[in-house]
Amino acid sequence: MSVLELKNVSKSFGSGGGTTEVLRSVDLSLDEGEFVAVVGFSGSGKSTLVNLLSGLLFPNRGEVLFKGEKNVAAGPDRGVVFQNYSLLPWLSVYENIRLAVDQVFADQSVQERDQRVRHYVDMVSLTPAMAKKPHELSGGMRQRVSLARTLAMSPDVLLMDEPLGALDALTRAVLQDEIAKIWEQEKKTVLLVTNDVDEAILLADRIVPLKPGPSATLGKHFSVQLPRPRDRTALNHDAGFKELRNNVVNYLNTVRKESKTAQLEARQKPLPELPQLKPADLRAQ
Amino acid sequence: MSARILQVLDRTGLEAFAPFVRLFRGDDRQEQFRKLFMNFGAPSIAFLLFLGAWSIASQSIMTKYGNLPSPTEVWQQAVVLWDAHLAGLAAETQFYADQAIKAAEFSAAADVFSSRGDAVMAEKMSSSAATALAAKYAASPSYITQILTSLKTVFAGFLIASLIAIPIGVLCGTSELVQAALNPLIQIFKPVSPLAWLPIVMICVGALYTTKPDEAWFEKSFISSALTVALCSLWPTLANTALGVASIDKDHLNVAKVLKLDTWTRIRKIIIPSALPMMFAGLRISLGVGWMVLIAAEMLAQNPGLGKFVWDMFQNGSSETLAQIMVAVFTIGIVGMALDRTMVILQRSVSYSETNA
Repeated sequence: MSVLELKNVSKSFGSGGGTTEVLRSVDLSLDEGEFVAVVGFSGSGKSTLVNLLSGLLFPNRGEVLFKGEKNVAAGPDRGVVFQNYSLLPWLSVYENIRLAVDQVFADQSVQERDQRVRHYVDMVSLTPAMAKKPHELSGGMRQRVSLARTLAMSPDVLLMDEPLGALDALTRAVLQDEIAKIWEQEKKTVLLVTNDVDEAILLADRIVPLKPGPSATLGKHFSVQLPRPRDRTALNHDAGFKELRNNVVNYLNTVRKESKTAQLEARQKPLPELPQLKPADLRAQ
Repeated sequence: MSARILQVLDRTGLEAFAPFVRLFRGDDRQEQFRKLFMNFGAPSIAFLLFLGAWSIASQSIMTKYGNLPSPTEVWQQAVVLWDAHLAGLAAETQFYADQAIKAAEFSAAADVFSSRGDAVMAEKMSSSAATALAAKYAASPSYITQILTSLKTVFAGFLIASLIAIPIGVLCGTSELVQAALNPLIQIFKPVSPLAWLPIVMICVGALYTTKPDEAWFEKSFISSALTVALCSLWPTLANTALGVASIDKDHLNVAKVLKLDTWTRIRKIIIPSALPMMFAGLRISLGVGWMVLIAAEMLAQNPGLGKFVWDMFQNGSSETLAQIMVAVFTIGIVGMALDRTMVILQRSVSYSETNA
């Protein structure tokens, strides 16, 4: 059963002559408990895709169906982990998560809410840093807080917009393992947007390439059949992993080349043929 | 320990004293001496040069009341004003002590009359005792009292200004419609001088504040000064609040949307904290403007305070009163600086580090 679905969705920004179409005729369906990774080059409209799925933006054409309902505004049942963490800098780690918990579980007792915050802080191993402000944390720790905040809202769908994009390779690996572990525990429907093919294969059940924009569309889907839990060192020698990785990378390169030639052709359209006119001809008419 | 002291100095805006702590800790000596010279040595030299130039000027400028007062004369007058204040305080305590003694004598007499059965005289005596106790000490306010009156007025005006400017600023920052609607009005009223507002405020206060003087909580002059201060000082806060609210990080608003915060919670939990540093920068300017406006308003309207003191001394027209005006000039400057430093400390306490958070 699909929880979240995009049906023939197009999104453009601006109006009149300055309109840029970012996404064109996108179809995507997330099944209950599925982990889907959208892989694309930077600037291909990945964030727009996440914003449409989360209900922060609405499509110009087509529709977004969340649990069968059309174009629902954003809410805590679709948790978003933002690319740049979006933590409130004047609140501590605990307070940032508490704000979300207080809002979503307003009917629970103070103790229950406190417990909930502590549980998720512990899940991302940040208990020692609970009283710190975001500016005192490293990038990886901030993204953990952001993840904990989203998980603590207990959303039906978890949308992650390049959550590890700004981190160094080592921290990235640690957090990838953590995300995999948490997903095994919570079994949420997850959509992960990333520019890292290895990350997508390591984490996802299905990989969906986003063809480069403007007017980006989704490419063909790759199913990831590798058994879980996946071990990154073992995967490096796995034949299935290597093949899948090559296929995805090749596909991405091909669509990028296609889009480049298409753009080049669009720019180099031959000039229209003009009739040979001379001033004398005008006077004769 | 020393790190803690340095942190406190930084929080309280006293970072000029940090080199002493660092010197004691054994940080780079030469660098600390250089900083000490910059923080204390250079300003002292400049101040001495200023005093010298002033002394020379005071000897060569002849006014109709005598020479322009020299630094020493001004200092003497400052001492005179302080002594007068102390003497006034002593006289006031003495007055109330005398009244208490009088009241005690009257009530003793009343007891005697009532024991003799003379009810009429007893009644008269105890009412005299009450009158003696209720008597108020009346004398022209001392210089220190004038300063306190001015401070009270400026804070009242500043409070009124903040209560008006912050909500309107938040509205302007959150709604493009409100911003567009109010912008022309704000632009027109912002450059108006306090001296133009003052007569209107005084007339309106006179017409609307009709409570009897002995029942009123505030004096009319206090209200009209405070309102004039408010009218002139609300603009920086208004503009900064609107800007701070309008430039709030879009990601933070997205967080509010995902959490489905209602408008009031959004304003309270996201918008206000995020705009707070900008708001305080505006409040700081407002308080400075308010203090300047207040002196002018008091002078023009003859409302009690430092401004009236300056005007009265000018009317008295003697060499001593000229020196007292100079004392007032320094007082106004020092109080203004103290207000500004207080706002800096408050501003630091609400600002948060923005770096990649």
